[in-house]
Amino acid sequence: MNAPDDLDRRLVIATQAGLPLVPRPYDLLAEQLGVSASEVKARLAAMLEGGRIRRIGAVPNHYAIGYTANGMSVWDVDDAHIQALGEAIGRLDFVTHCYERPRRLPDWPYNLFAMVHAGDRATVLARVGEIAALLGPACRGHDVLFSTEILKKTGLRIGNDG
Amino acid sequence: MNARSPATPLDELDRRIINALQGGFPISDEPYREVADSLGTTESELLARLQRMLDAKVLTRFGPMFQIERLGGRFVLAALAVPEARFAEVTALVNALPEVAHNYRREHPLNMWFVLATETPDGIAQAIARIEAATGLPVFAFPKLREFFVDMRLKA
Repeated sequence: MNAPDDLDRRLVIATQAGLPLVPRPYDLLAEQLGVSASEVKARLAAMLEGGRIRRIGAVPNHYAIGYTANGMSVWDVDDAHIQALGEAIGRLDFVTHCYERPRRLPDWPYNLFAMVHAGDRATVLARVGEIAALLGPACRGHDVLFSTEILKKTGLRIGNDG
Repeated sequence: MNARSPATPLDELDRRIINALQGGFPISDEPYREVADSLGTTESELLARLQRMLDAKVLTRFGPMFQIERLGGRFVLAALAVPEARFAEVTALVNALPEVAHNYRREHPLNMWFVLATETPDGIAQAIARIEAATGLPVFAFPKLREFFVDMRLKA
């Protein structure tokens, strides 16, 4: 993709830790960046429209809101079928993200990753069973890696040397 | 942040705030007032609760979620097999890198899974080299080949 223009980049750096918690947050950003509030709002809207911002919103700690079982399910899926099957898994309402990633043989035979969050491990495993049924014989093996601790969750941080 | 420590209990308004703010925050002069109106609360109450939930780490962040790849950068999932006796030391070394956006302990021989986020494609290889040099452990990188679905919203 294209290199970001300067205002895009300065908006990332100004808001990557969070949007100001003040009644007029975009006015405050405008003041910090030396541009008008209407320019800040127009640029943020353009970044949303173009997908440079996925959304503006809150990131909850999964554990704190009751999703205490977080399973990264990983699957060894026949490469010939991964496009259609990945799309099907991605459409399941309990899968929050789904990617094809490279295998790292011999240590890691899995090429499809689907994250499943629930209130307990039994529910996660039942949902993993639904994924297994959907994949059928195209899947040669799978595993579920439960998280036991959040070690860091700050999100993106760029511009550390500037 | 520990998986097992229950955070401060959330009341019904907290949960409605979390659900309302997981997307579609307005880009307007007084966005918090708009959201507060739609939730039947006041702007000052909303701001106070947001601050409290951020302080208590019920929310880890509130603001724009950048898709850094559309800005020329990269996100890459990576993992380490950390010897149990070195887990705390390696956690500190890995987390010290600003490129490490988040990091989870998982039950598997590959027991540390983190996401690198860098402003340029080259930044990923540099961050991996730094982690390998600092920890003496090989990093397994899992760049995405295809994205089938992403929507991290979870109902509170």
